[in-house]
This record gives sequence, structure tokens and C-alpha cells, in this order.
Amino acid sequence: MSEGEPLIEARRLVKRFGDFVAVDGIDVAVRAGEVFGFLGPNGAGKSSAMRMIGCISPPSGGSLRILGLDPVADGPAIRARLGVCPQRDSLDDDLTVIENLTVYARYFGLPRKIVRQRAAELLEFVRLSERALDRVEPLSGGMKRRLTIARALVNEPDIVLLDEPTTGLDPQARHLVWERLFRLKQRGVTQVITTHYMDEAEQLCDRLVVMDHGRIVAEGAPRDLIERFSTREVVELRFGDSPLESVIAKLDGVGQRLERLPDRILVYAEDGDTAAAEVQRRRLVPTSVLVRRSSLEDVFLHLTGRTLVD
Amino acid sequence: MTRPTAMALEYFLVSYRRTWRGTIFSAFVTPVLFLLAMGKTVGTYIDARGGLEVAYLDYIAPGVLASTGLQIGIFEGSFAVYSAFHWSRCYHAMRVSPLSPSNILGGHLSYAMLRVALSATGFVLVMTAFGSIHSATGVLALPVAVGVGASVTPLVFAYSAVISTEGLFAVLFRFVMVPMSLFAGVFFPVDAMPAPARVLAYLSPLWHGVELCRAATLATSTAWGVPVHAGYLLLWSVAGFLIARRVFVRKLTD
Repeated sequence: MSEGEPLIEARRLVKRFGDFVAVDGIDVAVRAGEVFGFLGPNGAGKSSAMRMIGCISPPSGGSLRILGLDPVADGPAIRARLGVCPQRDSLDDDLTVIENLTVYARYFGLPRKIVRQRAAELLEFVRLSERALDRVEPLSGGMKRRLTIARALVNEPDIVLLDEPTTGLDPQARHLVWERLFRLKQRGVTQVITTHYMDEAEQLCDRLVVMDHGRIVAEGAPRDLIERFSTREVVELRFGDSPLESVIAKLDGVGQRLERLPDRILVYAEDGDTAAAEVQRRRLVPTSVLVRRSSLEDVFLHLTGRTLVD
Repeated sequence: MTRPTAMALEYFLVSYRRTWRGTIFSAFVTPVLFLLAMGKTVGTYIDARGGLEVAYLDYIAPGVLASTGLQIGIFEGSFAVYSAFHWSRCYHAMRVSPLSPSNILGGHLSYAMLRVALSATGFVLVMTAFGSIHSATGVLALPVAVGVGASVTPLVFAYSAVISTEGLFAVLFRFVMVPMSLFAGVFFPVDAMPAPARVLAYLSPLWHGVELCRAATLATSTAWGVPVHAGYLLLWSVAGFLIARRVFVRKLTD
């Protein structure tokens, strides 16, 4: 592999399951040291893409190179250099925290002495040292996820794949996971993350692709995407039980663009306060008015006409 | 065994550290109970009527040994494998490491065979204590019991990998394991059965294992000769492994 070549390079990558096309010709290049994200709703094809990159799901079409190698021919060699944090936990509940790490490290053929030393360091890193000798079963969801992340790092991987790393965690547990992943990024570890949380993508990713129905609908840094596809600010208007169709007609011309969701109307504007004042001037009486900055959620809504999390 | 396969085996050995005490206990207690109830007690009535050349205890003991190989193999290949796919998901954890589906299958199968060997060893020791081993060739009954396990376990692994609900294990236990244990010559000679049932017994790997075990512990000859019986067990083992490997590759690749 030559210097500067992407660690992961997909061209017109396709994954089919029978007639269903899960990934429909995506182009992706992930460079060393970057945190790259696949953002999209459930069923967008993120996990299928991730499983192809993880060399456990052969591509149905297009080309894919990982670390300069072919995932079909060199699967074990590539997987030896990947760290995978799968969407569903696969920890052994009956083993202790540290046994889960050491036994997994042995799959990579690491000698016992190195395994012991690394396991101790990693438990320190994910703040689980005190639970080292406890069984996994009673641990909280956040602790289990951190242990899975530690496990993914046990072979000092060149690329870490994180499939929905914080799905199902409470806010506090999520922040702890994010903080650890950020530390990892600071150490220069390349990460690929799938998520349907826009805040997660914004916090963690240097660059991301927005996926919908197996296709990439936009690509760029989170801030760039927001600038390109949304306004600086958004006003969220709620009108209680009043039908929104009648309201939206009266909002014509306010802000640059309007978006009607089942429970609220979004007014896209460079200056949210000015737009909110205009709403009031038109004698509309919303039950709540929220001015906020645009997020990736708005980008997604604009690109697909749907929200990310239903 | 390749190194990656050995590493997969290591996982199951580490897990076994939590449960080995119970299995050692049952490896000795189960044969004692069985040989007391069936061999000694029921045996008293049967021996009183004559008809067998040896005591009933010594007649069934090698058969039950072979049947233990069958049952431990089926046990280790059923819920444990289903769990590894669906509950503990340990196969999926291994799958994202450099281990291949064949390594995973090989490691888990090796563990199952170790469990069979352990239980069979317990059984042979108990048989020795009961005086049911009439010859030094009795030692060979041990590898035969493992061979019986090896002949069915890979197929049970394949079965556990493809079923979509654990309820289907009842089918395996009721319609395969129990009939085989009862009618494959463990408790009475298969000659006592009508021809169609006899054919089924001949087809079952257990009958061949029973023939070999009995010949080993009683120093007698087998029905069809050692190479035929041993070859039949080997055939099932190899064919079963190839089928299980296909299934594992398919199930662990999407």
C-alpha cells in the first residue's frame, strides 16, 4: 500500500440480498487518521456497508479495497488489522470482564503476556478497571458497550469499525462513549462509524456520507453539509392541535424554506429571531417557538423529505 | 489442529472452567445410577432366565458407554451451538476476528469431542469398578465412544445452525436420540427386532459403536468385522463435518 492511499476505498460498491438492494453503488474513501461516518435512517444500508468493510459479507458488485487488500481473498489478514464494535453485543455474560478481553485477544494469535498487559491498559482506557474480575452479565448497557469498544482495540487495529456505537444507551452513557472515541481520534486511530443520530455524527465525524435507500445522497464535513443544504438557523413552531395546513399557508414567505412535519412546522432562516418576529407579526399564535441552529437532521430532511429517527 | 482453530477451542475451554465441576460429577454419577438400576437390578431378572452368554450388566455396560458418546455429543452440539448463534453470539464475536467459519466450527467441535472423551473416561472407570471390563482391549472402548460422538455431533451442529427456533430440538431428541438409544442394540440384541426395525438399527451409527464397544470390553467378535463398523463411523464423521462446514460458512457469511 502506497503512502496517501485511502485505507478503505469502495467504488460503485453493491450489496444485494436476493432482489433487495441494500447498498446501491456507493463510492467511499477513508483516509488514515480520519473519523468517517455513515449517517442514515434504519435500513439505509449503513450496516450492510459496514459488514462488507468488516470482511464478513462479500460485495455483490463494484470494487472494495481495505488496507490495500482484497476483502474476499484476504479476509483473515484484513480482519487481523480491524477492530470491530458490532451493533449487537456479543460479549460472554458468564465470563468476567477481563476474560472477555483476553479470550478475544487470543483469536488474533497474541501471546498471553502481551494479552494480559494490553487488557489491563484497555480496561483503564474504558474506565472498567475496577470491574475487571466481575462477571459481565450485571453490567449496565453503557459499561458493556465500553467493554466491547475495549475488545475492538485489543489487536491495536489500523481501523476501528463502530456500528451504531451508542444506540440504546442513556444520555450519560452516550457522552462517556463519545468522550472515549474522541480520545481515540486524538491518538490518530482511524474510525468508521455508522449512526442514525445526527448529534453523534456531528460530534464525532470529520467527514460523513448521508445514506438513504442504499445510496449516498450527500458527502462532506458535517458543517459543510449544513451550510450547503440548510440555513444557519431553524425556527420550530408548534400549534397544539390546530391543523397545520391552514397555518402553513399563512407562513408563506417567512424565512427561506418551510417544512411541515406531523407535529410541527420548521422555518429555515439565516436569522431565526427575525423569522420568529415575522410569525408573530402575522398574528399567528404558536403554542411553542424554538429557535435553534441547523443540524444534520435538517440536512437529511431536506435531502430525503423524511426525518432520521421516527 | 491449526492455530486459529486452537484459539477458538480455547474460548470454549475458558467457558468450561465455570461448569466443569458439575460435568465431572455427572460423568461418574450417571453411569453408577444406570449400571445399578439397569445392570444390577433389571439384570437380576434377566440373568435368572438365562439366554445371554454374559451377565446382563456386562452386556449393556459397553452399549450404554457407546450411547453416552452419542448423548453427550448431541447435547454439546444442540443448545450450545444454537446459543452461540443466537444467544451468547460468541460465533459472531469470533467471526469479526481473523477466525474463519471453519476455524470456529473446528474449535467448537473439538471441545465437544473433549467433553465426550471426558464422560466416556468416567464411564469406563465406573465399568472397571463394576467389573464389567473383561479384557485389556476394553481400553479401546474409549476411542470408540468418542467415535460414536464424532459420527453424529457434526450433523447436530449443522442442524442447530439451520433451525430457526430451539423448539425444534425436541424433534431431534424424541425422534432421533431416544429411539436410537433404545433400539440400536444397547439393551437387547437387534436380532430380536423385526427386519425393518433391524435395518434402521444397522443404519444408525450407534449400533456400529455398540458392536465395537461390546467386542472391546468382552473380548468377543463383532457382527460385521471391525473395519466395517469403524469405517461406518468414520464415514458419518467425515460427511457430517463437510456438511457442517458448508452450513457454518453460509450462516456466518451474509
